[in-house]
Amino acid sequence: MQAQMTLSSKKTSRISRSFFNWRLVVLGLLCLVMLLPVFTVFQQALLAPSDLNAHLNEYVLPRVLFNTIVLVVSVTLLSTILGLAAAWCVSMYEFPGRRFFSWALLLPLAIPGYVMAFVMLGVFDFAGPVQNFLRNVFGSSAWFPNIRSGLGAVLALSLCLYPYVYLITRGAFAQQGKRALEVAQSLGHSPRRAIFSLALPLARPWIMAGMLLVMMETLADFGTVAIFNFDTFTTAIYHTWFGMGSLPSALRLAAWLMLFVIVVLLIESRGRQQRYTSMGDALSNSRESLSKPKSFLCTGFCGILFGFAFLIPIVQLLIWFIEHIELAFSSRYLEFFSNTLLLASLGSVLIALLAVVVIALQHASRTRNKEKQISFLSKLLSRLMTMGYAVPGTVLAIGLFVPLVWLSKFLVTMFGVSQLLLAGGLFALLLGYNIRFFAVAFRPVDSQMQRLSSHFEEVSESLGVVGIKKWQQVILPLLRPGILTALALVFVDIMKEMPLTLMTRPFGWDTLAVQIFELTSEGEWSMAAVPAIAIVLVGLLPVYLLNNQREKTLKS
Amino acid sequence: MQLTVSQLSHSYANVQVLKDISFTIADGEIACLLGPSGSGKTTILRCVAGFERPSQGVISSDNEIITSQTIHVPPAKRNVGMIFQDYALLPHLSVEKNVAFGLHQLSRTEKTKKVQEVLEVVGLEKLSKQYPHQLSGGQQQRVALARAIAPNPRLILMDEPFSNLDVSLRNRLGQEIKQILKHYDITALMVTHDQHEAFAFADSIGVIKDGELQQWDTAYNLYHKPDNRFVANFIGQGAFLDGKVGSDGKVQIELGGLDGQILQSLEPLQNVDVLLRPDDVIHDDDSPVTAKVIHKAFRGADILYTLALDSGTRVLSLVPSHHNHAIGEAIGIRLEVDHVVAFTK
Repeated sequence: MQAQMTLSSKKTSRISRSFFNWRLVVLGLLCLVMLLPVFTVFQQALLAPSDLNAHLNEYVLPRVLFNTIVLVVSVTLLSTILGLAAAWCVSMYEFPGRRFFSWALLLPLAIPGYVMAFVMLGVFDFAGPVQNFLRNVFGSSAWFPNIRSGLGAVLALSLCLYPYVYLITRGAFAQQGKRALEVAQSLGHSPRRAIFSLALPLARPWIMAGMLLVMMETLADFGTVAIFNFDTFTTAIYHTWFGMGSLPSALRLAAWLMLFVIVVLLIESRGRQQRYTSMGDALSNSRESLSKPKSFLCTGFCGILFGFAFLIPIVQLLIWFIEHIELAFSSRYLEFFSNTLLLASLGSVLIALLAVVVIALQHASRTRNKEKQISFLSKLLSRLMTMGYAVPGTVLAIGLFVPLVWLSKFLVTMFGVSQLLLAGGLFALLLGYNIRFFAVAFRPVDSQMQRLSSHFEEVSESLGVVGIKKWQQVILPLLRPGILTALALVFVDIMKEMPLTLMTRPFGWDTLAVQIFELTSEGEWSMAAVPAIAIVLVGLLPVYLLNNQREKTLKS
Repeated sequence: MQLTVSQLSHSYANVQVLKDISFTIADGEIACLLGPSGSGKTTILRCVAGFERPSQGVISSDNEIITSQTIHVPPAKRNVGMIFQDYALLPHLSVEKNVAFGLHQLSRTEKTKKVQEVLEVVGLEKLSKQYPHQLSGGQQQRVALARAIAPNPRLILMDEPFSNLDVSLRNRLGQEIKQILKHYDITALMVTHDQHEAFAFADSIGVIKDGELQQWDTAYNLYHKPDNRFVANFIGQGAFLDGKVGSDGKVQIELGGLDGQILQSLEPLQNVDVLLRPDDVIHDDDSPVTAKVIHKAFRGADILYTLALDSGTRVLSLVPSHHNHAIGEAIGIRLEVDHVVAFTK
């Protein structure tokens, strides 16, 4: 017996319970790289001497702080009201056009804030068609609010961002709004009272989630406020660094902006814990049919919202596009286009790959080690990696620049490697995309992975297909839908990305978004329509995916 | 192959799910673990498959240790086939690719030949190009079986393999699979909570409760010679009656003395609970002893009567269904107890 045991122990693998877990180490290193810009920004802001301190404290900071707070508060409020009202109408009432608006109100997600911004300026500014028309009718004294201001920025951002609130609360209402109303009414609440006593409080966690998403996007926005000349932290970072050439001051502004982001993140992580359980599926045909005037009100509201947020901008873009159609086929634009496609494809493939690798590491460390701490740690690390999504592009750009310059100096002195390779190169840009959009790729792949039955793996192992072969033949094919979604979402996000690309791109790598920034800073709205149309068209893809996904989860 | 499990214990996060389980399955035998859900039977299966590493115990196949404190042969090296409740067919592969999945060490021609062979055995040769979602539940089950037996495993493990099928299909497929396993002389271990399935399928059955093996025996013995109160209750139907051991060692109940073989060792003058199975209580119109019909369940060929004795004690009686009596009616009964199952109070 003893002899047999030693014999068979040679044939079989011994489980080593080593303390050193290489998967965890790799995850930790990846995580460190992902959080590097944030560390850098805080470390530099605290330690580096600032050359423009007085100027910054006296002129820039107060204005930028005020503007940012005003912008975030107003955009959040306005887009919540718009999104919530639209979601309520569409999920509670039956009115002409409801089915159309149900998905059409998501379409503005395809329009980046900066596109909405320059279209608004083109249409409503002093020289635009609307004010011209008003002057023709009422004479030259006709009053119109100055659109090139904070007001314009708030309107443009709200019209682009309300779909986040709309999408999330529409799901919440469809799941439990109607059933909650029925319960409330059976307990003697009038329908109107039940809205405020029950349905809205029930949906509160989802409304909060939508609001926080809007806050995050507003804090990160660069293109929109730049076009309206409304200085917030993002534009101030850009001007301080590129305009005044003061890296330390820009770093301090970036640290301020990160503080805001961290506050929003903290609120978000608290809110995550308090979603309520579903009250059971509401019947889809149980929407209240309205009286004529009321249903016109609903149709009118949704129609006006859709018109301003999507129809008018698209029509205006198309008109401008046709005016400048010859631009689209110029060799310059073909280059912008191919640059954008190349960056977006390269980036999305890299990021999807990273997501799969992280999920594989996390999965392996969970199934191989029964020790709870290791699986907990690996989960924590991959969750930390998704935090990169919250870092605004401007902060990322500056937070990557400092350590990469340091690293390339080091490499030059050590090995004589060319400096350009790291700091100004594609490497920095792709690394930045990886940090910013890792979460976008990670979520769909991860949720697909969690839905997979562990039986697939066990069958594969019992049939002798293990290790990398198991991933090739079983897990990766089963993860395919999630990976494809990740690729599509990241592709579009990189295409739309403006500040990081603008500040980090190597020479000669102008993309469509960068071109829009340059054309709009010269006031060339109509020419900017050419790259904008391409971005919006590609941007419709994830909207379609999102809507499809919602419908599926609502049906199942 | 012969599978031996000895003194297997396992805990998840300080909760002990298996306690000192030992059993042996002979080469070519079909065995079954039977128990309520949560009893730990699936954990035993997963330990044998190698997906789970038990806290204690030794598992060996043909005297070669595959699991112990120091040895853990990975699942891929155990040559053990696995069939899951959800079949776990790979949705992106056709039927033949699924079946060929475990045949990676064979050459292309050998592979095709083997796939052809097992698909014929399970009767699916015409569906080889189909995909899993195009098949019915029974067909998916056959593909899972074909995939498991294709690499010539020495042992097949089945986790609730029939629970997704309807009852008539379950019986037919169960018999078919049994024949296939016997044909290839494959040892098999199945897990189920359904005793009829276990009776129909297995040569020997282990009853598990709360992680402990209660009895390892044939279906007949589990029913007629249960080792303890749990097995007596869990397997089949029956009623417990108060009884007393006489000074002659015979067990007395209110219907008289019982003549059958006594299984448990009982002391004279002990008070006991006596198990009466529905087939121990025979309906006999000529019998002087009568009982009143309280409840009846028509089952086609026979009727299961719940009867109240004079004292109010209830017994069950299985009666051919042409003896149709109304509720409230008193009918004659007599006892025919071959095995006296009595547990001390």
